[in-house]
Amino acid sequence: MTSPRSLLALVACLVLAAPAQAGEARVAVAANFTDAAREIGALFTKTTGHDIRLSFGATGQLYTQIALVAPFDAFLAADRAGPEKAVTEGLAVAGSRFTYATGRIVLFSRDAGLVKGPETLTSVNIARIAIANPVTAPYGKAAIEAMTALGVFDTLRGKIVQGTNIAQTYQFVHTGNAPLGFVALSQVVRYEGGSRWPVPEDLHAPIAQDAVLLKGGRDNPAARAFLDFIKGLQARAIKEQYGYGPGDR
Amino acid sequence: MPDLALLWPPVRLTLELAAVTTLVLLVVATPIAWWLARAQARWKEGVAAVVALPLVLPPTVLGFYLLILLGPDGPGGWLARAFGSTSLAFTFEGLVIGSVVYSLPFVVQPVRNAFEAVGNAPLEAAASLRASPWDRFWSVAVPLARPGFLTGAILSFAHTVGEFGVVLMIGGSIPGETRVLSIAIYEQVETLAYTEAHILSAGLLAFAFAVLLAVFALNRRFAFRVTGA
Repeated sequence: MTSPRSLLALVACLVLAAPAQAGEARVAVAANFTDAAREIGALFTKTTGHDIRLSFGATGQLYTQIALVAPFDAFLAADRAGPEKAVTEGLAVAGSRFTYATGRIVLFSRDAGLVKGPETLTSVNIARIAIANPVTAPYGKAAIEAMTALGVFDTLRGKIVQGTNIAQTYQFVHTGNAPLGFVALSQVVRYEGGSRWPVPEDLHAPIAQDAVLLKGGRDNPAARAFLDFIKGLQARAIKEQYGYGPGDR
Repeated sequence: MPDLALLWPPVRLTLELAAVTTLVLLVVATPIAWWLARAQARWKEGVAAVVALPLVLPPTVLGFYLLILLGPDGPGGWLARAFGSTSLAFTFEGLVIGSVVYSLPFVVQPVRNAFEAVGNAPLEAAASLRASPWDRFWSVAVPLARPGFLTGAILSFAHTVGEFGVVLMIGGSIPGETRVLSIAIYEQVETLAYTEAHILSAGLLAFAFAVLLAVFALNRRFAFRVTGA
């Protein structure tokens, strides 16, 4: 029964039985969207049979990799500028850009009771406050804007420590090396402990996160299907769970 | 033309960090190297392996552990509380600790080799002249092992200048305090400030070449002296 030939036949059956249109897409994803992207990706694979490979990093880094012709089919950035630039530089398909989510920042501490509201920024003697690099990471830029709007930036300026991206910023706060910091709501939305103050969205420019189809994915049905899927209702529910706004309809 | 004055602070900080790290390492590594060279203990190679770990471990692993050790849950936080803070991360002192760990094998190894090359004979001769162990160490072993110290010092200085991953994970990129050369270059490349990145990178390249040239020249001179003896 288990002769090499029957084994071969079995393998052939399995290969041929796979859905004829099942494809594969590689997607570069901004670090802050990691968990949501994994969940959306898994649901997408279950629904469509297409395989999705996700790579995570800072938007700026991913952009540099894409410019150096990294083999990605789609790009889910943490900002607008990256995908926009990808289009103007001819790295992405014109007209494929859309906002797939809007981010929120939250002032967070692992110590329960430390963060009470915006007054925490002025009333407590803060040793360090962690933000993402405001030049490369939109969440860091939003943090600076919020501090400026609250009129506390000048007093806090000397206490800022920068993570290269929002994931590292969370690391600083989570290990307690920075007593508090501005992190992405998506990073703490499923975490019960600590203390937090979700920063009202009118204190900073919206953190619109854009997606774009890259040149390499132009003829990849799996990549196109994934970008459609991420706009859909199922993906929207997941985004909401992780603390993101829905983006473009 | 980029503002050259802005490029100087990370260079100065890096040189300071490398100098302090090298001094601390010479103090920390010498007794370890001496013990590794002279001790008969069977488990000494276990200690040698621990010392050499930073050679093999990715800086991310070192940086991750250091972040925890320097923080409020680790000994670093305990130490920091003595100075009214809660963490040693994001401080110059924290970077020195990280750099000492990271460059430890680069000093221990050459110094240990040099001590082993000295051998027993000169030390026994000194002992027969009634030199105390302390005197034998300072007047005989250390001068004879000088090339090893020099190699170790140059390597640790250079290795600290070139350090990136560990500093990235425990530094927090504070200008003048933890934003060292490699981090400044990384951020310049990230923000597409290629001119500045070119200036600093080319400088680092020339520096690295000069250092390696010095080490190789030193090794050659030392080798000649040994064979010519």
